[in-house]
Amino acid sequence: MNADEQLKVGDPTPMINDPSATEEPWVLPSPRKVGIITLIVSESALFTIFVVAYVFYMGKSLNGPFPADVLEFPLFGTIALLSSSFTVIGAEVMLRRGHRLGFLIWWGLTLLLGAYFVYFTAVEWLHLINVKNLTLDVNVFGTTFYSLVGLHLTHVFIGLLLLSLVWVLTLFGKISSDHHEHVEMVSWYWHFVDVIWIVVVTVVYIISVRVN
Amino acid sequence: MSNETIVDENFKAPLPERVGEERGSLTRIAQELVFTVDHKKLGLMYIGAGLLFFVVGGLMALMIRMQLFFPHNTLLEPTVFNRFFTMHGTSMIFLVAMPWVFGFANYLVPLMIGARDMAFPRLNAFGFWLFLFSGVFLYSSYMTAPGLYNAGSAPDVGWFAYSPLTAKAFSRGHSTDYWTLSLLMGGISSIATSINLIVTIVCLRCKGMNLGRMPLFVWLILVMAFLVVIAMPPFSACQIMLTMDRYLGAAFFDTQAGGSAVLWQHFFWIFGHPEVYILVLPAFAIASEVIPVFSRKPIFGYPIMVAATVMIAFISTGVWAHHMFTVGMTSVGNTFFAISTLVIAVPTGIKIFNWLATMYGGKIRFDLPMMFCIGFLFQFLIAGLTGVMLGVAPFDWQLSDSYFVVAHFHFVIVGGILFCMFAGFYYWYPKAFGRMLNVKLGHWHFWLFLIGFHLTFDPLHFAGILGMPRRIFTYEAGRGWEIWNQIATVGAFFQAGGIICFVTNLIWSYFKGEKAGDDPWDAWTLEWSTTSPPAEYNFEKLPEVKSRRPLWDLKHPEDPDWKYE
Repeated sequence: MNADEQLKVGDPTPMINDPSATEEPWVLPSPRKVGIITLIVSESALFTIFVVAYVFYMGKSLNGPFPADVLEFPLFGTIALLSSSFTVIGAEVMLRRGHRLGFLIWWGLTLLLGAYFVYFTAVEWLHLINVKNLTLDVNVFGTTFYSLVGLHLTHVFIGLLLLSLVWVLTLFGKISSDHHEHVEMVSWYWHFVDVIWIVVVTVVYIISVRVN
Repeated sequence: MSNETIVDENFKAPLPERVGEERGSLTRIAQELVFTVDHKKLGLMYIGAGLLFFVVGGLMALMIRMQLFFPHNTLLEPTVFNRFFTMHGTSMIFLVAMPWVFGFANYLVPLMIGARDMAFPRLNAFGFWLFLFSGVFLYSSYMTAPGLYNAGSAPDVGWFAYSPLTAKAFSRGHSTDYWTLSLLMGGISSIATSINLIVTIVCLRCKGMNLGRMPLFVWLILVMAFLVVIAMPPFSACQIMLTMDRYLGAAFFDTQAGGSAVLWQHFFWIFGHPEVYILVLPAFAIASEVIPVFSRKPIFGYPIMVAATVMIAFISTGVWAHHMFTVGMTSVGNTFFAISTLVIAVPTGIKIFNWLATMYGGKIRFDLPMMFCIGFLFQFLIAGLTGVMLGVAPFDWQLSDSYFVVAHFHFVIVGGILFCMFAGFYYWYPKAFGRMLNVKLGHWHFWLFLIGFHLTFDPLHFAGILGMPRRIFTYEAGRGWEIWNQIATVGAFFQAGGIICFVTNLIWSYFKGEKAGDDPWDAWTLEWSTTSPPAEYNFEKLPEVKSRRPLWDLKHPEDPDWKYE
């Protein structure tokens, strides 16, 4: 360092000023993580609009069926979906330790819990459509209910596709502990789907049945 | 950071293995364009495709202006007129301004941050081809939309497609579906490209380029991309809801079934207003690069410029209902949106003063990019002032949906955004093609377009104040509107002349332009350190930066910037 480059009192911190500061290892965030976070932000914006539409039309249906008459809290579906967020963490731990079998079991369990949620919703919808006569075009409750829950269900489907892809690839030995970050991204997406469900369940099954 | 390139004179490219793959042959070029994932080629393809739609949308505007030349003119049928203003608006926003924004961002961001490509090159290609398909799809409505009902061809519901115009009962046939599906695709393409830009900027910066050393262009593109990521999904949600209304019997916007037409307006403008800033931030980005280089001074108040940008983005998500004062909101709603609209003028004003302070005391070079930027400063100021006027709710009640609004947003989009885009064309064309744009043609372009722009859009303010509503296909004589409309139409032809000079210049200079060299403007950002045009891998050796102006440091080792930062 030359004499004229010596720091004086009041100079900016050496991190910015000193050219040798760049000699430190240059580390930037992983593109995968930033990418999936940005995707999640944009998906959240999409969900926000559908949630706002649901809330906006709460109690505004001109005719029945109304939420309080037809909706039952989806207890088992919710338990299945939320617990799958924990099994997926278990699977990640197994993968990082290099336990292929353990990973397959935990990951498979996540897959089954997600699939059960879809099955549960399918039974619920069949009941709503055939017995309670709630369809998309019957009133604004039907419109916003099926579009919001359906949008979430679409995301569960996409999540299940990704989960099964990872499971099959692991079964054929294409995924090892080297890929734990790739796998982690799928699990982040899955956590996001779960968090959205908490919002949906609160708005649809807890708040709206009390409003109307 | 060395610029020495070792060139082997005897090197010959290997011969192609198959017929039709010779370098320079038409099939080979087509093959390269279709298969490429190179950010530079994709960027130029974005801009080129945008240019095509720009010419088509401009021709529609000319027809609209000719129809309004006389009262009771019969050049265009009312239905054709409706299609023209819808397609003109939709094209100019989604098929011209957006691809130009993404084109410039795609081409320049990796070069400016010292990266070899975008973070996800294939996602990048996906975004481009989806955009191009959405544009071709929208225009194919002219041929294919009559379909079963034989009712209407191209979309004719206006670019913001208010409910209940778009309901099945009022928009028969499929024209509205073309609009909806095309913009749904365009939205997905924009989100994909924006995610890619954010990841590229956050994760691929070259060594030493921390956030405080990024060129302002990159900063503004980062903020723009973030705005796309949060504002575009609501728009996609709008299209999904509208399609459900039209085909599944949903009642989102169906007032007779308990839905709300006003909800569409809210959802549309929640996207629609940030969209204005999505377009204008890249324009600011170009101005923030051009003005310092041609004033021979570093940008004034870099941290404040960044802060003002973030502030604009933040506030812009909370001003949407100023498009809806005449709908009849509560007075609390009116007051909130009026105040937030006026507040956004503060960071915008900060930016204008910073650009002026950059020019102040500088050795200004009046080259074409700088001329367009100075035009932008004047016109954007006027656009901002009429924007503040319209932001005052009672004033808006008088002039909403009049030609005053048309004049205002054309001042923003043409006088502000388009002028900066032109500055960008003149500034970076030498980098992209290795040849300068012709100065004489450029001056013709500038003056014709500047005069035409003011002839067209200054009088429309007066027509609006005199009560001329927008979107009327003709008008009665004797209301004092004729003269303003006639001046505006004459101005439109001046603009068309300017565009002819511009397009001619782009093509002529590609073959005959003066050789540019690597750094024709004596600029300071990293894109000027590579060859013109840059190699496919951008940089032979990834650069390392120590200040905001790495090329200044390189050219002035005795007085580098990093001593002062």
